Amino acid sequence: MSRSRKRPEGAAVSNRTGLVLHFVRGSAFLFLLSIFCSMMVTLLQLYIPRVIEEAVDSLESGGNLVASALLIVVLALGAVLFRYGRISFNEQAAQTMMKAMRDELHARILHLPLSWHQQNATGDIMQRCTNDTDRINEFVSHQLTDVFRIAILIAVSFFHMFQMNLRLSFIAAAAIPVVVGYSLFFHVRIGKRFLVCDEEEGLLSTIAQENLTGIRVVHAFGRERYEQERFGRQNERYTDSWIDLMKLLALFWGCGDLLSGIQVMLIIVFGSVFCVNGTLTPGQFIAFLSYNSMMVWPVRSLGRIISEMSKAGVSIDRIGYILNAPDEEAAFAKESRAAAKPDSALTEEEIAELMRGDIRFEHVSFRFDDTPVLSDVSFTIPGGSTFGILGATGSGKSTLMLLLDRLYELSEESGSIRISGKDIRDIPLPALRKQIGIVLQEPFLFSRTIGENISITRSSLTSEEIRRASDIAALEDTIDSFSSGYDTVVGERGVTLSGGQKQRTAIARMLTQNAPLMVFDDSLSAVDAETDVRIREALKSRLSDATVILISHRVTTLMEADQILVMEQGRVAELGSPAQLYRKNGIYRRVCDLQLSAGEVDHESE
Amino acid sequence: MNQNNSASSQKKTGSETVHLPFFGLPRLAVYIRPHRRIFVSMILTNMAVGLFDIFLPLFQSYAINHFVAEKSTDGIGRFAGLYLAFLLVQVIVNTISAYRCGQMEMVLGRDMKKASFDHLQTLSLSYFSENSVGYIHARVISDTDRIAAVMSWYLSDGLWNLCFVTGAVVMMVILNPRLSLTVIFLLPVIIAASAFFQKKLVRLNRLIRDANSRISAAYNESITGALTIKTLVIEDRMQKEFSSVSREMRQYSVRAGRVKALFVNLISFSGWLALALVLMQGGVLSRQGLITLGTLSVFMTYALKMMDPIERLVEVLSSMIQMQVNIERFTRLCSTQPRVLDRPDVLEKYGDSFHPKKENWEPLYGDIEFRDVSFHYDDSDELVLSHFSLKVPQGTAVAIVGETGAGKSTLVNLLCRFYEPTEGQILVDGIDERERSQLWLHSKIGYVLQTPHLFSGSIRENMLYGCETASDDDILDAIHAAGADGILERIGAQNQNLKDPLGRRSLLLSALDGQVGEGGDRLSTGEKQLLSIARAILVRPRIFVLDEATSSVDTETEKLIQKAISHIMKGKTSFLIAHRLSTIREADLILAVQDGRIIEQGSHSELMKKKGYYYRLYTRQFSGNTL
Repeated sequence: MSRSRKRPEGAAVSNRTGLVLHFVRGSAFLFLLSIFCSMMVTLLQLYIPRVIEEAVDSLESGGNLVASALLIVVLALGAVLFRYGRISFNEQAAQTMMKAMRDELHARILHLPLSWHQQNATGDIMQRCTNDTDRINEFVSHQLTDVFRIAILIAVSFFHMFQMNLRLSFIAAAAIPVVVGYSLFFHVRIGKRFLVCDEEEGLLSTIAQENLTGIRVVHAFGRERYEQERFGRQNERYTDSWIDLMKLLALFWGCGDLLSGIQVMLIIVFGSVFCVNGTLTPGQFIAFLSYNSMMVWPVRSLGRIISEMSKAGVSIDRIGYILNAPDEEAAFAKESRAAAKPDSALTEEEIAELMRGDIRFEHVSFRFDDTPVLSDVSFTIPGGSTFGILGATGSGKSTLMLLLDRLYELSEESGSIRISGKDIRDIPLPALRKQIGIVLQEPFLFSRTIGENISITRSSLTSEEIRRASDIAALEDTIDSFSSGYDTVVGERGVTLSGGQKQRTAIARMLTQNAPLMVFDDSLSAVDAETDVRIREALKSRLSDATVILISHRVTTLMEADQILVMEQGRVAELGSPAQLYRKNGIYRRVCDLQLSAGEVDHESE
Repeated sequence: MNQNNSASSQKKTGSETVHLPFFGLPRLAVYIRPHRRIFVSMILTNMAVGLFDIFLPLFQSYAINHFVAEKSTDGIGRFAGLYLAFLLVQVIVNTISAYRCGQMEMVLGRDMKKASFDHLQTLSLSYFSENSVGYIHARVISDTDRIAAVMSWYLSDGLWNLCFVTGAVVMMVILNPRLSLTVIFLLPVIIAASAFFQKKLVRLNRLIRDANSRISAAYNESITGALTIKTLVIEDRMQKEFSSVSREMRQYSVRAGRVKALFVNLISFSGWLALALVLMQGGVLSRQGLITLGTLSVFMTYALKMMDPIERLVEVLSSMIQMQVNIERFTRLCSTQPRVLDRPDVLEKYGDSFHPKKENWEPLYGDIEFRDVSFHYDDSDELVLSHFSLKVPQGTAVAIVGETGAGKSTLVNLLCRFYEPTEGQILVDGIDERERSQLWLHSKIGYVLQTPHLFSGSIRENMLYGCETASDDDILDAIHAAGADGILERIGAQNQNLKDPLGRRSLLLSALDGQVGEGGDRLSTGEKQLLSIARAILVRPRIFVLDEATSSVDTETEKLIQKAISHIMKGKTSFLIAHRLSTIREADLILAVQDGRIIEQGSHSELMKKKGYYYRLYTRQFSGNTL
């Protein structure tokens, strides 16, 4: 009951920094620990060349080599331990942050209104949830900490280097802005070409995908050669775009190598000169070279890191788009304003009892994107009756049910839907939906076993109850035909069910909800006629006290309804018993005649 | 049918480790051979890069020995010049080697993709019903990418590191055999540790990949199933399940992170250890005057730099071991034989799928005969057809009726030669189908699928799919005949400029350029259905095969489709897997199928009189109130 209160606290943070901080909050301590370790690593590691320097310089004066070697080993051991700490704390922090981010995104997606889902393409949301979170992770746990680490490295290295020789340090330092600036310049350009390559790759993948899903059409029209050429062309484009990029990259790497090579060369040459004129000892010279070589790669990667950091901002915005979207309750509260005043005092039993009563649509109007879908619709579904709804695509018949289940919210001035006299906006959302069982025309099954699919609404279901539901849905034979029975995995990773089998599974699943109000939205369309009859028969005999709403194109499905509502362009066109409507010579009669052209249906006998 | 088996067999291939002779490299020879120049140049330049990296520290040593030790800057200008020249050569070789790697990766990947894709086009439909689209797609795209990357970057990296390590060892032995032992004795330890950790990491990475794909699948399910989740009110359950997967992901990632941290630190520590040992021993040697200061500094550089390449070498080796799975799957796809093959003499006359010899093609009239045909699918021995004979004179409309899953498609699959009879013959115009090529047959059959499939591109491109040479007028005629004008009008209206309204014809023509989206996404199911009928009409087929859609379209569209179908059927031999009464009644011959067998055949009135299976099916479906 308090389900609604458990909904995730929204990350109602609109700016980028705020959003990043929001996710880092839970793992801030770990991140700080990792940064501390990082500093320790740098300090210890960068002390080693000094030890070598002293050892080398004291070679002639007879210093203790064993002590120096031991000191190096001890320093290295310390550095290695702290580095282990840095990497593992960082990974732990990053993964904790990722988990928080993933969980929150997923929770938000579950609670966003249906209309949001309809406006956003699946692939796009997926991208945001996977690639963009990865990129933010990369940014926070690698790039940000790397920049920090490299900055410390450079600072400490130069601290040591400046102490040894000022002039040589300036030569070494002069290269840094050049190398960073150069790699930043290149990476911005490379980034653009990467986008082109990505796009070509996507196209190639799509062509292959389409070819494989449409292979029957390819064969049937004998278009193998055309497909070969189409794929071949894109394959070339894709290859060329990458080879282009490779040229640029090879050039970039080569020039980078040259730049750092020249820097090392200058240090060797000038270092030698300084050694000769006595301003630098040989030991310092070797130490200097070590410091310099430790900086080469970090400095070169700095340009790449900085150029890639800019992408993170976009990713943060893209995730914010999901997290900052108002969830169902917030969106509905805005929609219906004062109208909704959820009566949380209602118990589940009371609500279940309410749902057995009459359902009244009162002057319901609804628009979708400024297109009117329903205009001033009023009718009553008597509790416990079987009610049919007939209408063409776009007549608004499915919208009626989406409104009843509050998947769309009626605004205050657009009429009301009442069950047993109570406005549905006053019934808490999850409780209302639990009491309404809906089977959709194109049912969605979850990628798990068929038994788990049926029992997904209640994990406490016994196998006996599952069996009973699948029996009513005429699914038993299908399940028996699978070698692993109820444990057969369906969907992408398992057996592909036919449209009819999917619909029947969805019916069984809905039946386990034990809802007093059931809606079948064209949900027997892919079931063959004999099974259709069998299911309806079983439903009728076992669930006689439930209110059943049937939406269909098939008049045979609707004929046994107590009443039929005919919708036309968002309005009520006809309403009455099948016999009444047949005699009326209206739309229903026309559809009947069209579908049962031979006129072999004996309506008069009713 | 056999999807059950294939699903489980696919899972097995996912995690298996394959062992092929020489890492399966011989199987790639055929793809590498055309690019052998790039390949050889890639290998040579990369080995050169490794060698260059060995010589580089020698400059440092020279400088210390000659300038620093002798306290003289004589010849330092020449030294700098030589150094610079060496650098330039090295950079050029580096650049070439990187470019060669990239080039090799791309051309190899391209050729393998092309080979597998082209081969797929020749495979029979049975292959596609036994393997999921995702599975095949991964073979064509991901496996080839992986193999190409290993054969270029990884291989080069391995060679580079191998050269560096070998070169460094040789160099150290030359400079001072005694001191070199200090470093060399550490090598086997590093190799063993690398192999140990690598194995662990590979296993953990597999777990991470697996968890990652489960996370993606969970997102996908929650997004595509949003409506269902809401109606079932199972948000909490879904979130709990997701959270447990994301927890697992965190667990594995952290564990892998730790193993990796341990590993890299072990390697770098051994580097420092080697350096300390070199300093200790080398210092003594240097004191005794046995080695120069320069040599000592070179040794320290090698000691520190040698450990990472060894780690990388082991990593490359491990990726080559893993690549065998990709090679195995890829070559298996490319060596799969099509179930239905044209005979060599048939190919000689008619040409293959990619090179048809249309000048030798006879017209097709549409007399069909099944002569004593028996058939069973590969996955079971149970005969679906047993000594079945049927003569269909040209122009006859045959309707096939029966329950879902009764095997209505079998006849059509055989007729289109997607499968071949186990026994007996199918004759077209009195000649066995096997006497002529598949492409010949397919080009003359108009085919409409139950679930219409359009390709991304414009409407025109989709129309031309059936007949490349059709003019715009032909296309408009076909669309008109299919009753799909409405779609063009709808799309054309979006292009309509109010100030300068187009004439009807140019309006329709402009709509032909309208994009249908991926898989025809931008159109409704009914619209796709109509366009796929128009596409079939454009072929001007003599035989027409239609798998009638069961999914509901609204009554108006249904009427249009109905009209289009009867239009197209006129005077043509047609096979209809029918669900609608009007289609069935219009047929000349009805075949009723149950449990994969044809149990009744005849005209509508004959079968009704018989009061058998067809009668029961018919009365149930179309006269409603039998309850």
